[in-house]
Amino acid sequence: MRRIAANITGQFLALLVQFITAARADWRGVEPVNKQRIYFANHTSNADLPTIWTVPPPALRRVTRPVAAADYWLKTKARAFVGPEVFRAVLIDRRTDHQTEDPIEKIVAALDEGASIIIFPEGGRNRSDDPLMPFKAGLYNIAKARPDIDLVPTWINNISSVMPSGEVIPVPLGCTVIFGAPLHVEDTESKDAFLARASGELAALAPQNEEQPS
Amino acid sequence: MIPEIMSETTTSLLLVISGACALLLVATIGGEILRLRLSPRGNHPTVETYTTRLHSWWGMVFLVSVALLSGHTGVVLLFAFASFAALREFLTLTRKTKADHWALIGAFYIVFPLQYLFIWMGAYGLYSIFIPVYAFLILPILSALRGAGTNFLSRVSETQWGLMICVFGASHIPALVTLDIHGSTGRSVLLIAFLVVVVQIGDLAEYYAGRRIGKTRIAPAISPKTKAGVICGASAAMATGFLLTWLTPFAPLEAIAVSLAIYLFGVGGSLVLAAIKADRGVKNWGHLIPGQGGFVDQMDSVVFAAPIFFHLTRYLYGA
Repeated sequence: MRRIAANITGQFLALLVQFITAARADWRGVEPVNKQRIYFANHTSNADLPTIWTVPPPALRRVTRPVAAADYWLKTKARAFVGPEVFRAVLIDRRTDHQTEDPIEKIVAALDEGASIIIFPEGGRNRSDDPLMPFKAGLYNIAKARPDIDLVPTWINNISSVMPSGEVIPVPLGCTVIFGAPLHVEDTESKDAFLARASGELAALAPQNEEQPS
Repeated sequence: MIPEIMSETTTSLLLVISGACALLLVATIGGEILRLRLSPRGNHPTVETYTTRLHSWWGMVFLVSVALLSGHTGVVLLFAFASFAALREFLTLTRKTKADHWALIGAFYIVFPLQYLFIWMGAYGLYSIFIPVYAFLILPILSALRGAGTNFLSRVSETQWGLMICVFGASHIPALVTLDIHGSTGRSVLLIAFLVVVVQIGDLAEYYAGRRIGKTRIAPAISPKTKAGVICGASAAMATGFLLTWLTPFAPLEAIAVSLAIYLFGVGGSLVLAAIKADRGVKNWGHLIPGQGGFVDQMDSVVFAAPIFFHLTRYLYGA
């Protein structure tokens, strides 16, 4: 019963996102095929997760699970339904003193079950004027744990204008989700070098002509 | 409305729609012959683009036909939807900051629906001034209250110009239905068919015939349109207008003159929107109409022509 309700809610959310953003996937560096992947994306708005979840074909959406913050998604009953059941999010707690299990182990377990994952490696919403905040170590640790899985940089464009942080009503504006070419962590690569490279690949996907909001 | 007039209007509409379908059918057969010759494996880009565009044209003719046949409400709903999609594309490319969030929310959730509600009600006194007076004064106040910021004037102007083109201009297409014309009650829905067909035939003639023969470009920086192309388009528009005189209250010469006016405003509209695209460094406004780009790309000429056509008709024949 809850499974059906979750499916219907998911369809409804996808329609709503389409209505507001006409969100479109630009598969620039990879094909939309069913292959296990770790999509890592920029994060500026609460609308990021629904948008990136909506754009792939339904067959891919069914095997893709976002990594999301437990402290956000378990706060209310509605969120606790949407996060874990509609998005089937892998919930991790950002507050170290609340962690009952190692977040990296939890994400790797989801990968081992065959799921693709979506992760926001900045560790929270970017409210600064820079295109990206420095990445947390999580992406490196996951990449080290499962080095064969493709890491796909995923740039979500324009969503911060649709719903700037602090606002609750989205404005209908077009959004594009750009999927770049996959990368892997090299054997000899240090954590910082890898995170800088991954961040650079992601930032390079951002359309150039767009003016940064001042 | 008297039943006989209803059916007479419907018959006229069906005639125009059959004409449009016949043209599309010829274009489709021609396209398939070209495909057999040039692109048997589906790898000739020009032929494939042409086919995609034709598919979109069939879709548009179908939707507009259904809306026109269904009457008043259907027409308002169809153009309201197109208007919404166009506004979404337009405001995606304009400058905005967090301070404009409420102004944008006002534009989408209040100004846009009210404008189409006024059109649906046939409230001429409201829909012709609501955006230029109320929306244009209130939205900048919202942006100012929310923190103003840099480029205030350009941000405000860009949002308003978006409303002017995508909502005010576009809403004058369904507004034609509300016109009360002397001596032809209930036939004003046919004016939409006249406007759309004349402008689109002119555009197509300019695109497919004119661009090949012309050399002098009329706006070289932004558009491949040539002088000869526009003359071809204008002639085609005037000829179409003359042939479609029976849809309108106009005398044949008036129909030709009005056709020329709306065609030229249409050309102007597509140049203005091309200039904005060139300035923002994009090729298309959107991606929702396969082969054509976005809704703004498709409607660029009609949204400029519609208010002019509406008012010319109203001055000449409005009750």
